[in-house]
Amino acid sequence: MAEFVLENLRRRFGDALERVSDDRGDLTVWVDRGRVHELLEHCKRDPELDFCFCMDVTAVDYLSLGGNPRFAVVYHLYSLATGKRVRVKTGVPEDDPVVDSAVDVWKSTDWFEREVYDMFGIRFEGHPNMKRILCHRDFQGHALRKDYPADLRWKLLRPDDLLDEISPEEMQRVRARVSHPISE
Amino acid sequence: MGLKEGGETSRPAGDTKAPESVFTTTLDKMVRWARAGSLWPLPFGTACCAIEFMSVVSSHYDLARFGAEVVRFSPRQSDMMIVAGTVVDKQAPILKLIYEQMCSPKWVISMGVCASSGGFYRAYHVMQGIDEIVPVDVYVPGCPPTPEGLIYAIMKLQEKIERGDPSHYQVVLEREAAAARGRELARV
Repeated sequence: MAEFVLENLRRRFGDALERVSDDRGDLTVWVDRGRVHELLEHCKRDPELDFCFCMDVTAVDYLSLGGNPRFAVVYHLYSLATGKRVRVKTGVPEDDPVVDSAVDVWKSTDWFEREVYDMFGIRFEGHPNMKRILCHRDFQGHALRKDYPADLRWKLLRPDDLLDEISPEEMQRVRARVSHPISE
Repeated sequence: MGLKEGGETSRPAGDTKAPESVFTTTLDKMVRWARAGSLWPLPFGTACCAIEFMSVVSSHYDLARFGAEVVRFSPRQSDMMIVAGTVVDKQAPILKLIYEQMCSPKWVISMGVCASSGGFYRAYHVMQGIDEIVPVDVYVPGCPPTPEGLIYAIMKLQEKIERGDPSHYQVVLEREAAAARGRELARV
């Protein structure tokens, strides 16, 4: 059980915690979208909680379950110090699918957030390189949305340039270091 | 070619029969025989089929017995591409580019159901068979195929080469040339 985690979050966020479930010691908190970044930062920086490890960022499409809002972004956190886990969920509406990026809290969320964007079309505000990560550049739509046809494919005729996998800032540093020109 | 005991000079004068160790053939047949017996595989391994391919070329199954053991990782040095594994749409142009870099005559073996038809990936990201973009000569069923399955496919390909059947690549080229001639005639 992770009572102290829940108590800690309740003290700081109170009503912003929309829903809480503790299924067999598996703590899940739903938080308002406007305060999710603040809560994640608190989870990492608070010395009692010390959630140093963001294990995954993913999303759920509740379309067929009639969810309102339609999407939820899910963060799985783990603390190496206390051995506790918490799952943070935040609802995201279909007409404004934007969440604040957590890259400034955990750098590891960079690719997770790109995957969520690729698969669900949820954008992360403040992300350094918000582009697709798995599907190719000519892909249209977002494959894990429940209203995406399961076998609808998009053809790619020219290879994707892997150089643009590197963030623009890193690319500038690479360019400055090498003497031969790198194609745009 | 070994001579009969005693050598050429010991034959009686006037004997115009060729020695038994000499045979006549056509150059074409000779070339086909040589090609079939010295295939140079290029593995395009993307999934578990590539693991089976590794055992085919290793000591136990020993593809060297069929003259196709010199695996090359450059398309410039190989003439038989073995596509072993799932090919996603993002990879399709890479596969096509590598195939085009191979010198002709060239052949393609599609190893396993993913490469042949998409397999169980009836989904948004996987090619439903590599024959969407490259001409395939032999398809090997299985998920993954057994090493014997791949060896059988290579033997089938060798039979095809020795018979002198055109590779699927040539068939496609000829079809395209005929279509171009047709368009030219229609224009005149």
